[in-house]
Amino acid sequence: MGRIIYEVTESIRIAMAQIRANKMRSALTMLGVVIGIVAVTLMGTAIRGIDIGFDRSLAMLGDDVLYVQKWPWHNVDDWWNYVDRTPMHPEDVAKLNRIIAGATDSQLVLAVFADARSSTLKAEGLMVSGVFTRGTTADYGRIVTTGFSEGRMFSDGESDAARQVCVLGYDVAQALFPGRSSVGSTVKVEGEPFEVIGVLDRQGSFLGLFSFDNQMIMPLGAYRKYFGIRDDNTEIQVKIKDKTRMEDAREELTGAMRRVRGQVPGERDNFSVNGQQAFKKQLDPIKQGIAFAGLFVTGLSLFVGAIGIMNITFVSVKERTKEIGTRKALGARRRTILLQFLIEAVSICILGGVIGLGLTYLLFAVIRSAAPSFPIEFSVVLVLVSMLVSVLTGVLSGIIPAWGASRLDPVVALRYE
Amino acid sequence: MIPPAPVESRPARPVGPLVIAIEGVTKLYQMGEETIHALRGVTLEIRRNEYLAIMGPSGSGKSTLMNMLGCLDTPTSGRYEFNGIGVAGMTDDELAEIRNREIGFVFQTFNLLPRSDALRNVELPLIYGGVPALERHERARQALQDVGLGNRIHHKPNELSGGQRQRVAIARALVNRPSIILADEPTGNLDSKTGVEIMALFEDLYEQGNTLIVVTHEESVARHARRIIRLHDGLIESDAPVE
Repeated sequence: MGRIIYEVTESIRIAMAQIRANKMRSALTMLGVVIGIVAVTLMGTAIRGIDIGFDRSLAMLGDDVLYVQKWPWHNVDDWWNYVDRTPMHPEDVAKLNRIIAGATDSQLVLAVFADARSSTLKAEGLMVSGVFTRGTTADYGRIVTTGFSEGRMFSDGESDAARQVCVLGYDVAQALFPGRSSVGSTVKVEGEPFEVIGVLDRQGSFLGLFSFDNQMIMPLGAYRKYFGIRDDNTEIQVKIKDKTRMEDAREELTGAMRRVRGQVPGERDNFSVNGQQAFKKQLDPIKQGIAFAGLFVTGLSLFVGAIGIMNITFVSVKERTKEIGTRKALGARRRTILLQFLIEAVSICILGGVIGLGLTYLLFAVIRSAAPSFPIEFSVVLVLVSMLVSVLTGVLSGIIPAWGASRLDPVVALRYE
Repeated sequence: MIPPAPVESRPARPVGPLVIAIEGVTKLYQMGEETIHALRGVTLEIRRNEYLAIMGPSGSGKSTLMNMLGCLDTPTSGRYEFNGIGVAGMTDDELAEIRNREIGFVFQTFNLLPRSDALRNVELPLIYGGVPALERHERARQALQDVGLGNRIHHKPNELSGGQRQRVAIARALVNRPSIILADEPTGNLDSKTGVEIMALFEDLYEQGNTLIVVTHEESVARHARRIIRLHDGLIESDAPVE
């Protein structure tokens, strides 16, 4: 037992002396590992960031809300099966809520009708176009978990009376009333005056495509009065009780909707129940693809670094053939020689890994100051994984030359000049 | 094959216990198509506290015999016993163990580790022998003292003269208190004055009871020994005491 400890400490000492004696060579070899480690840690963090970004976006859709719509959220090849479906109607919602209220132990809480279109808003000479405009009832406020940066949601009374009031998304309010409160002001929606009664909290965009802050909400009655019914965009949002039992809720909702629609057994659903899982299902392969491709490409740089180490270890073994012979003559066993060169390769990799981690740390600081919203963190796990990868690289690249060295015939090695 | 030197002509042997006994040892090398008979049947006994020189022209099998005696190589056929233990069938690591404990090597080119100081170099066999650090330092220091380098223990090889380097190598060979010291042309890389000093050191070691085997092609070096074995074409040509 003692012997292996002495051999290992001796090997570490020799490895350090060797690195010091060949500074330039060691530094250049290390560079490959440094680049590899920086690339792999950055890519790993980027993938993690994308992951968190996806999750944040999906959370915006509400992880406890199901959407009943004419079209499903995934692409369909048989569009003709969907195009003639009946759009959602406010009466469907009333029936649905009655069924929910009548059911015992229902997984569903509340259904809300919503219609949507794009409209142009004007206020005091400023104009915003392409605002996602939603007409719905006061129940919408009971489903959506977004808070209000100021003001409030419209009430049941305002909703039933089709009052011309509205709630603005954060960006819309900022654009029309820069730097001041907008509650109590009037905006013109396609020329019709609406009183602003609330502004939503800032939410960000969904996968960078659709901004949840570029929207406005108004009572359905007022919406219908001015914008009519563009049935295709109608939807029923249904809040569920327990998000861990999403599938139960989905089944119950499908059954309830079939009753609302008076569908007979065997008939295909004439509506789609959508949820954020649909996105997850579509996004997960993309996410995995990015992760795989990214890690593969950065892994290649580490692989090139590993080949550099292997090369330098071969050179080191060749140069020190006579030394290997001497060591064997003095009683070094195969294991001893193997360990010595393996430890040399691993030492270079660990040094490279530490330098790489240092660089990554600096790069993170730069990224964080340049893009504060990008979710990166310099974690203990990152350090441990990088060190593990470094050691593994060292072992894998050193093992072949080290094994070769350990098998050298001492007679031949001693004669080597 | 019977060695040509008739048994009757051999001198009276020292009566120390047997260290090395080889009998009918042959060694074949494959050099491409050709098979080289480096040793054709060598029989030899070496006892404790002998001072032996092995001589012979190049190609005589001198180096092969030395490698064999040093357990760096194993015979193709024949018997080799080291302290009564058969060496022929040993694995590489078992041979390494024997070399570490029983044999001290002194090379023509010294073979010191260039980046380690004298003390570290001398400690090396003790590291492989699993000796704890404190005892290691003490023994290595003592060995360097014994060869007259007590004031040079932290010098690197390139800070030492040729003779001093060879003394470090001799200290390294002695430090494990081996059964034999095997020196291959120990003065080959030294000027004659330094060579004489090294041979005087060998004489001291012999006086202290060590067993020395010196491989050389120089008659003047060989004459320091008490017994000379001359090889020719893989066979012992003569095995005689030095008058």
